[in-house]
Formats: sequence, structure tokens, C-alpha cells
Amino acid sequence: MTLTLSHYLILAAVLFSISIAGIVINRKNIIILLMSIELMLLAVNLNFIAFSHYLDDIAGQVFVFFILTVAAAEAAIGLAILVVLFRNKGSISVEDINEMKG
Amino acid sequence: MEFIYLAIPLASLFGAIVAGFFGKQIGRSGAHCVTIIGVAVSFVLSLLVLKSVAFDGAAVYNQSVYTWMISDGIRFEVGFLVDGLTALMMAVVTGVSLMVHIYTIGYMHDDPGYQRFFSYISLFTFSMLMLVMSNNFLQLFFGWEAVGLVSYLLIGFWFKRETAIYANMKAFLVNRVGDFGFLLGIAVILMFTGSLDYYEVFERADNLVAASMQIIPGMDWSVITIACILLFIGAMGKSAQVPLHVWLPDSMEGPTPISALIHAATMVTAGIFMVARMSPLFELSDTALSFVIVIGATTAFFMGLVGIVQNDIKRVVAYSTLSQLGYMTVALGASAYSAAIFHLMTHAFFKALLFLAAGSVIIAMHHEQDIRKMGGLKKYLPITYWVSLVGSLALIGFPGSAGFFSKDAILIATHNSTVWGSGYAYFAVLSGVFITAFYSFRMFFLVFHGEERMDEHTREHLHEPPAVVTVPLILLAIPSAIIGWLTIDTVLFSDYFDQAIIVFSEHGAMEALAEEFHGPASFVLHGLAPGPTWLAAAGVISAWYIYLRKPGLAATIRARLEWLYQLLDNKYYFDRFNEIVFAGSARAIGQVLWRLGDALMIDGLIVNGSARLVGWFSGVARQVQTGYLNHYAFAMISGLILLLGWVVLG
Amino acid sequence: MLLTGKADTKIMIETIIFYVFAVATVTSACAVVTVRNPVHAVLFLVLTFFTSAVIWMTLEAEFLAISLVLVYVGAVMVLFIFVVMMLDINIARMREGFVRYLPLGLAVAAIMLLMMLSVVTSDVFVLDVGSEPVHTADYSNTKELGAVLYTQYVLAFEIAAVILLVAIIAAISLTMRKRAKTKYQSPSAQMKVRKGDRLRIVKMPSSEEG
Repeated sequence: MTLTLSHYLILAAVLFSISIAGIVINRKNIIILLMSIELMLLAVNLNFIAFSHYLDDIAGQVFVFFILTVAAAEAAIGLAILVVLFRNKGSISVEDINEMKG
Repeated sequence: MEFIYLAIPLASLFGAIVAGFFGKQIGRSGAHCVTIIGVAVSFVLSLLVLKSVAFDGAAVYNQSVYTWMISDGIRFEVGFLVDGLTALMMAVVTGVSLMVHIYTIGYMHDDPGYQRFFSYISLFTFSMLMLVMSNNFLQLFFGWEAVGLVSYLLIGFWFKRETAIYANMKAFLVNRVGDFGFLLGIAVILMFTGSLDYYEVFERADNLVAASMQIIPGMDWSVITIACILLFIGAMGKSAQVPLHVWLPDSMEGPTPISALIHAATMVTAGIFMVARMSPLFELSDTALSFVIVIGATTAFFMGLVGIVQNDIKRVVAYSTLSQLGYMTVALGASAYSAAIFHLMTHAFFKALLFLAAGSVIIAMHHEQDIRKMGGLKKYLPITYWVSLVGSLALIGFPGSAGFFSKDAILIATHNSTVWGSGYAYFAVLSGVFITAFYSFRMFFLVFHGEERMDEHTREHLHEPPAVVTVPLILLAIPSAIIGWLTIDTVLFSDYFDQAIIVFSEHGAMEALAEEFHGPASFVLHGLAPGPTWLAAAGVISAWYIYLRKPGLAATIRARLEWLYQLLDNKYYFDRFNEIVFAGSARAIGQVLWRLGDALMIDGLIVNGSARLVGWFSGVARQVQTGYLNHYAFAMISGLILLLGWVVLG
Repeated sequence: MLLTGKADTKIMIETIIFYVFAVATVTSACAVVTVRNPVHAVLFLVLTFFTSAVIWMTLEAEFLAISLVLVYVGAVMVLFIFVVMMLDINIARMREGFVRYLPLGLAVAAIMLLMMLSVVTSDVFVLDVGSEPVHTADYSNTKELGAVLYTQYVLAFEIAAVILLVAIIAAISLTMRKRAKTKYQSPSAQMKVRKGDRLRIVKMPSSEEG
């Protein structure tokens, strides 16, 4: 019953799949979409850390560090956009945001 | 001497530049002063050169003055070759040009383009001098094209006239055909001798003789024949030989001084000069000589015939020019190069004289050019009458006049020639004598004798033009009368042209003539015997009988020979043929290329087609761009799955 | 057995911890994407991060586990809660199509999961990296991370800092709103003022009282 790398990778895969399911299911709710993305990043980070640990290479953890940084920035800007969007349209429904339509 | 050689063309160029660019600042009198001084300097220096070459026996000068570039061992240079031929041409060109400059003061007096005109004719003088003084093909071609350009500018001088624009376009296009041949000829020579310098080319002429090339596969053609015929095609364009003659009559749209200078005396003789200069090459190919003599004879005879039915005073002279150029070409074909140059010189004087006299008549008639509306001008224009008589007599070859010597020399040389086609040529030039006399005196009688057919208003204002017009006429009349007598011995039978013109012994037309020659006086006496002179007299008498004695006869003959009249009046339908076949087919091809190639292929298919394709594709692609965030997210996920599937399953 | 029993016990405890928190992570993740209320979803996300941090601990990534809790839970998630609470969200509308898209979402997730599992369990990638590395007692994850972060990755580190700065500026400039009615002082304008701008001297003839 020792823990192997595969345990962690499978856990990350499950997390990732859940977040994908979240994106597909919650297609109207942009906040849940953002949260699903956070979940995805979490799954990726878990992979990085697991590999880092089992390969005994600290670079993986450095990468996670940067991903956390970028994810924080992304979350901040994403939420800022959300606020502006809500202020201008009175809604954050994805259906109402189709101004990019070609 | 080098300084003098440089100064001769540059003096004219200086005048042209000053009058052309600073015409407004220096005014009318400034413009004609500076150009006339420039050309006068050229003329005086040319006479000096002629003196040193002809009398002091100066050595041939052959030097480059400037090397433009050297590419792959081929030198592109500006250089001068001064020998007997060049010196003679220089004197003739600058002499006639000076007379025309002076004459222009009177003729163009009221024209708004006065300074421009002087600039052009000085530029022409420069170009022509560069052409004749050249020692290499490049500079020859430069001069060749430059005189073509000036000719174009001057034919279209009155650019508000539609006919003038049409005429100068026509002259330019027809010359282009000739120049194309000329350029190809130069290219052939360059290819086989590797040089552009005359003397080097002549030295290596054996390369041309030895080589042959296949233009049509399976047919070996001698390179020397091809080169000579191509060069001669250039001469045909510039010297207006059949079938490239069509531009010359139309060029009479230009002012009369120009017709005299360019389209009679000098530029059109460039082709003759060039062939004479290339005599060491032409001598090597009997085929080319036959080609030359046949073309020349055709021009001499048939263009003279057309002159009979023309009613425009300048066009009559123009057709006479064509015919005389044909004579020169026949002389070239008969290897009588010196006779051709001799005729070129005498013709330059008397034809310039005739043109300027015609111009004088035109001034007096208030720019009326139809000889049917003239008549009896003798008492109004005495000076013009007498100089015209001198010019006409010289033209028809009246014994003792300039034209007599040169024309008789050509006739005898043609008779002695053994080249294929010389029999036809002899017949043509002999008949030409009668025709020349007939149309010359037809015009002369219709203009100066008979009843006065002009309207009252014109008659009241008839008077002799001012001295700037008449003095050049008199100055040209003198050489027209006597220059043949004075120079025939030197030009034809001395060693004057020895360095310039080479004649092989098997083409002995001139040698035979030289044996018979015992001085000008006996030549004249010989001419009085039955022969060409009698034919000329018959021509004059016929003209007198038909147009003065029985004025109704012309109409009767015309009615009888309606088909012939129509043929001549339409100039053998050359123009219509060109119009339909060449211009028409070019337009048709252009139409097809425009509609199919340009409008359909390039514009429709490539330019608009690519735009339309992009537009269509974008229209399809934008269907995907819904603008909904989840669609994009879903697309990303699908991509991810596909990518993963490719890695896992692949 | 006794000697190895200690190690066995450690492994046992680790395994139990892993499974407990793995189940918790997956469950809370499921909850994040399925609960009706966005506030609850954020709270479940917080729980997911917490449990993940514990799992990272078992992988000896103590520094990152702590940062995840401090930075993510402490800052980002609070931001999420702020925003969710601030915005007046029509929950009913947000849930539209949930049931309709559920099968599709599950199918996609299942395909994805199958593929990833096949990668993990197959021999496409050689994942048999051997046993866990054993560190001595004075091993410090933070120290190790810092040693490379400030030497080998110093440039990337600086760039990360710039990215955060950009994010700050972007977030502020996006959400900042100028109110037209706001009254404020402009020192530069005050300094630039000249007498002529404010004061107009009008000359008038003095009137005499009569």
C-alpha cells in the first residue's frame, strides 16, 4: 500500500476532469468558469509537485511557484473584468457577452 | 585638334541648352542669337576640319574622349572618328543647319514656341554631329536615337494640331521598327566581334564572314548578311525607304524649316551615311548589297510616281526627297558609296533650298499649301522664283548643276554594277529621271506660272518675305548650282574617301566610272548626249505641255487612268495596309490581352479573385466565431482531447 | 517486524492521509462545479485548496503548501468571495441548462479521464521512477526552493514580480471609475494661476453725488 507517483497523477487527472466537466456544465456562469480554471491549475500544480518530489528535482516546485503567481494575477484581472462587465451590462451571463461575434 | 572636335558638337548643344532652359529669360532675340552663334561656331570649325582633311591631308583622327564604362571587356565610349566622310558630313550638316537657323527667324516670327523651336533645331544639330562624328556603334546609336527624338518633337511642334500629333506618333513608331533592326544588327556585330569600335569591328569582320547562324532551325544564314541587312533596316527607317517610308510625307506637319533641315537635308541621310560608313561590312555581303539596291530602286521609282499626284507643295517635295533617298540607296547597293555621299551632299543643298523656297511661298500665301490655289507667283516672288528654278534644275539634273553630277554618277555606277538586281535598279533610276523632272516642274509651273488661282485677299498681300528668309535661299542656291562642278573630282575620283570607304575590286562600278571621267567639263558634255538628260528634258516639256499649255489635259489623263490615279493618290495603300494589318492587329491583340489577360485574368482572377476568395473563406470562417465564451472554451477542450488522443492512441 | 514496523506505520499513516484528503479534494471539487449558490462554490473551492495543500505536504512541498493556503485561500479566494457577494447574480438564470449539459459534461470528463489514466497507467511514458527519495531530517524545502529561485531563476522571478505589478495596475485601471461630481484639488492648476486669470479690473468713471 505504498504511495507511488501514479496515485498523485491519477488524483490530478480526476481533478482536471472534474474541472472540465465544470466548464461544460456551468456554461452560463462565468464565476464558476473562473473557479474551474483555478481547479485545473491546481491539478496541474499537483502534477508538477508530484514529479518534482519523485524525480527529486526542485525545478518543478519553482514552476509551481510561478504558476501560482500568474494564476493570482489572472484571477485578479479576470475578476476586475467581471466587475467592469457587470457594471456596464448589469449581467455576467455568458450569453450576454457575444460582442466578439465575427 | 581634339579641342575643335569637342567644340563642334558642344557649341550646338550649348545653344540648345541655353535656348531651351533659359528661353524665357533671354527672350526671342536672345534665343536665336545664342543658337545661331553656337551653330555658326560649329560650322566655321567644321569648315576648318574639312579644310585640314581635304586639303592639308590631315591624318585620320580616331580617339576616345571619354570612357563611359567597361563591361566584360567591351568598352562603352564617346569618341570621334574624323576622316573625309565625317568632315564632309559635318560641313553639310552645320552649313544647312546654319541656313535653316537664320531662315527660321523669319519663318517662325510670330510663333509662340519660338525659343523652343530654336532649342530643338540646335539640339538636332548636336545629335546629328554626334552621329556622324562617332567612332563606335554606341555613340552612333545615341545620335541615331537623339535625332529620332528631335524629329519626333519637331514634327509635333504644333502640338495642338491633331494631325501633327498623329504624324509624330507615326514617325516615332515607324522609326522604332527600323531602330529595332538597327539595334539587332549592332547586337549581332557585338556578339561576333566583341567590340563596338568601328575599326576593331572592321578588323574582325572575318569573324562575321566565317560565322553562320540559324534563325529558323535548319537554315544556315551568313552572319555578315544578317548583320548588314539588320543595319540596313535601321537605315530604311531613318532614311525612309520602302516600306518604312510612310512617316516622311506625314512629317510635313512640322514647320517648314524642319522639313528642310531634318526631313530633307540631314537626318534622313543618316541611314545613307551609316551604310557608307559600314562599307567594309556591306562589301562583304553581295546578298545585302542586292537587298539594298532593290529597296533603293523601288523607293526611287515608285515614290517619285506618287509625287506626281500630290497637291500639297511640301508633300511634293517630300516625295521627291523619298525618291532621291532611293537614288542614294541604289548607289550604296551598287557599291558607289562615294557617289551616294556625293548625291547626299548636293541633295542636302538643293533640297533644303527647295523646302525653304516652298516655305517662302507658304509664308507669302499665308500658310496656304495647296498648289492648286497658287499660280503666277513669279511676278510677286522674284527671288523665290529664281532660287526655286535653280533648285528644281539641280533636282532634275540639269547639266552643270549640282544634281547633274551626282545623279549621273549614280546612273552610270548603277549601269556598271554587277550586283543582282542592278538591272532593275538601272531601269528604276532611269525612269526616275523622267518622273523627277515631271513632278518637279509640274509643281514649279503650277506655283509660279499660269493663271493666278488664289483668292483676292491673298493676292493683295503677296510680297517677297524678309531678308532673313531670302538670304539663306540665295546662300543655298549658290552651292546648289555650282558645288557639283567644284567637288566632283575630289569627292568621287580622288583618294579623298580612301580611309573611310572601302570598295572591293569585284564591285567595280566606281572604277569604271573613273576611267571614263575626264574632268567636269567633259562630264557635262557627255551628259548632253542622248541619255538621262534628254529624259529629264522630256519630263520638263511634258509637264509644261500638260499643265501650262493645255491645262485641261491633266484632268483628261486622270479620268482615263483613274485606277492608277487612285493607286498613287492612296500611296499604294501602304498607310491603309499598315493601319489595318499592323495597327489593327496590334489593337486586336491589345484588346484580347486587355479583356482576357488584364481584365479577366489579372484583375478578375488574381486581384479581385483572391480578394473574393478571402472574402468567401472569411464568410465561412466567421460562422465559427459565435462570440460566446463557452464555444471557445469547448473548442479548446476538444482540441485538448484530440491532442491527448493523438498522443495516447497514436 | 518491529524494526520495520515503524516505517510501515509511517507509510500506513501517509497512505491513510493521502486517501482521506484525496477523497475530500475530489468531493469538494465536485461540489464546486455543482452547487447552486456561487458563494458555496467559492467556499468549496477553499476547501479543495486546503485539502490539496495537505496532499502537497505529503509530497514534502511544505513551502508551496503554505503559500497555497496563504496566497490562494487568504487572498485570491477572499477576492472571489468579495466579487461574488458584491455582484447581484441571478442564480436561477445561471443554472439554466445545467441538467441539459450534464451528460455532455460527464461524457467529456470521462473521455478526458480515461485518456489521462491510460497515459498514467500505460508504458507510453516511463513512470516507474523508483522509490521515493529519502531526505535527512534537516532537509528544508523552503531553503532548497529559495536557493534556486534567487540564483538560477532570478530573472523569471523578477518577471513574475512585474507580472504581478501589471496585474495590480490592470485591475485598478479596469475597475477605477471617475465620478464627474467628485471635488478635488489640483495643485498644479493652483500653482499655475496668474492674477489676470482671476481678477478683472474694470475702470469706471467716478460718479459725483449731486
